[in-house]
Amino acid sequence: MLHAWLNVERNPTQTMRDFLRSLLEKGIVEAILVPAPSAGGASITPTLFLNPEELSRAEPFAPLMPVSEATMVSMLTRTGNPIKLGAVMRNCQIRALVELVKFKQAQLDNLIIIGIDCPGTYELKDYSAMVQNGVDPTASLLENLARGEVSPAPGYSFREACTMCIYPIPDPAIAAVTVGLMGFDGERLPILVKEELAEKLGLADGSPSNRREEVINGLLKARKEEREKQIGRFTKEGTGLEGLLRWFSKCIRCYNCMGICPICYCRECVFRTPVFEHESARYFDWAQKKGVLQMPPEHLLFHLTRINHMVTSCVGCGLCSSACPSDIDVALVFQSVGEEVQALFGYVPGRSLEEPAPVQTFQEREFLELGETLR
Amino acid sequence: MNDFEPKIIAFVCNWCTYAGADLAGTSRIQYPPNVRIVRLMCSGGIDPIYVLKALLQGADGVLIGGCHPGDCHYQSGNFKARRRVAILKKSLERLGLDPDRVWLRWISASEGQLFADTVTEFVKFLKEKGPNPFKTLQAL
Repeated sequence: MLHAWLNVERNPTQTMRDFLRSLLEKGIVEAILVPAPSAGGASITPTLFLNPEELSRAEPFAPLMPVSEATMVSMLTRTGNPIKLGAVMRNCQIRALVELVKFKQAQLDNLIIIGIDCPGTYELKDYSAMVQNGVDPTASLLENLARGEVSPAPGYSFREACTMCIYPIPDPAIAAVTVGLMGFDGERLPILVKEELAEKLGLADGSPSNRREEVINGLLKARKEEREKQIGRFTKEGTGLEGLLRWFSKCIRCYNCMGICPICYCRECVFRTPVFEHESARYFDWAQKKGVLQMPPEHLLFHLTRINHMVTSCVGCGLCSSACPSDIDVALVFQSVGEEVQALFGYVPGRSLEEPAPVQTFQEREFLELGETLR
Repeated sequence: MNDFEPKIIAFVCNWCTYAGADLAGTSRIQYPPNVRIVRLMCSGGIDPIYVLKALLQGADGVLIGGCHPGDCHYQSGNFKARRRVAILKKSLERLGLDPDRVWLRWISASEGQLFADTVTEFVKFLKEKGPNPFKTLQAL
């Protein structure tokens, strides 16, 4: 791994566009996936660029993540990636991608991951409000970073999942390039590049960014505190039978949380099959037993099952909460449960390609207390 | 609470616990009639959704019966079941729900007595614990 610096002449976005452009022009990648304004311009979405000229509209640092790029990379590589592809990704997306690779839903062959330090992202509605109020979300973020501050624009806040994310920095073992936004000093942008790639790009080894390390340490401290606070809030308000029912009481079973989840990859989710489409009379039976029956039934079954099926691989991107039309904080439940369930296996989702996901493997001598009789 | 008769849903492996239950019957071993058996081809076939469904529908306990470690008819199904049960119990616990209503037990085809004892013990345990609070909830 080699430390290099990119000179920022106009702004980091332009510098990054030029850098990405050089990857395309030098044939290091033949296509590159970068966030860019969506058609119509009201959002930012991963966009696949083949033409280097078009990169002038890329927004690699726009603090918005309406979908996970991991899902898009899965689309582009699942059945074989025919061309050399680059992807500019935040760490939650990289971690989700690592999980998808384990589940054979994506391939890393021919893929160059360009990871960026993630200061945080906004909810789409906040992002739109900022744009409408004349605040440039990206520029304000970069201005703060240049002062060594990782903070949202005044009067706004990042998505809750981002404020409690303790993995904002890409792992250089997985990302071929890491763009050290946290070390941006207003004039230069530090990057980490794998040696063979650095050679192709003609980058010289420089000194690492001390500033970046300092900023990251400060950020992680704040994030850990926030994480503890939020998880404590869930424990207090969302657990126990009543707490849980209250937490999910606005659920309309639209399945948005499942649809947007980068880890929920099943082609045919059990909840979209007729497994629980009962005969009409059954609903009346249940209503008879209890006196009443809330419709549609089984929303708690849906959430509890989803927790059991994928919480071991939940990377905490928070898209489930962002996609919820009823503003249910689904992500906090998954993070709270995930933390403990993942700890059972000493597992951190997306940490390493070498570790199989807990649901993919087993050990003969584990959980020995389970299964044994008391006598 | 004396007249409370718990209802147990048992998901049992075709090759071991189901045969064990059968043996308990053919051996005329007495045990409480509180258990409703669902036969699976392997304990590894248990999806937590069915355990959760049973609990949310008001089953007082769920018993999952599989082959002893190393004895799985399909080599490793019971180990997979054990992981799933570990995840299920931990997540129930973290959510403040009762993980103790789910029991995983290894009961072989020759252990009719053990099957009867397990059901007896589970019924006693559940009688002390009381009915599943989900039983009366309108929202499942």
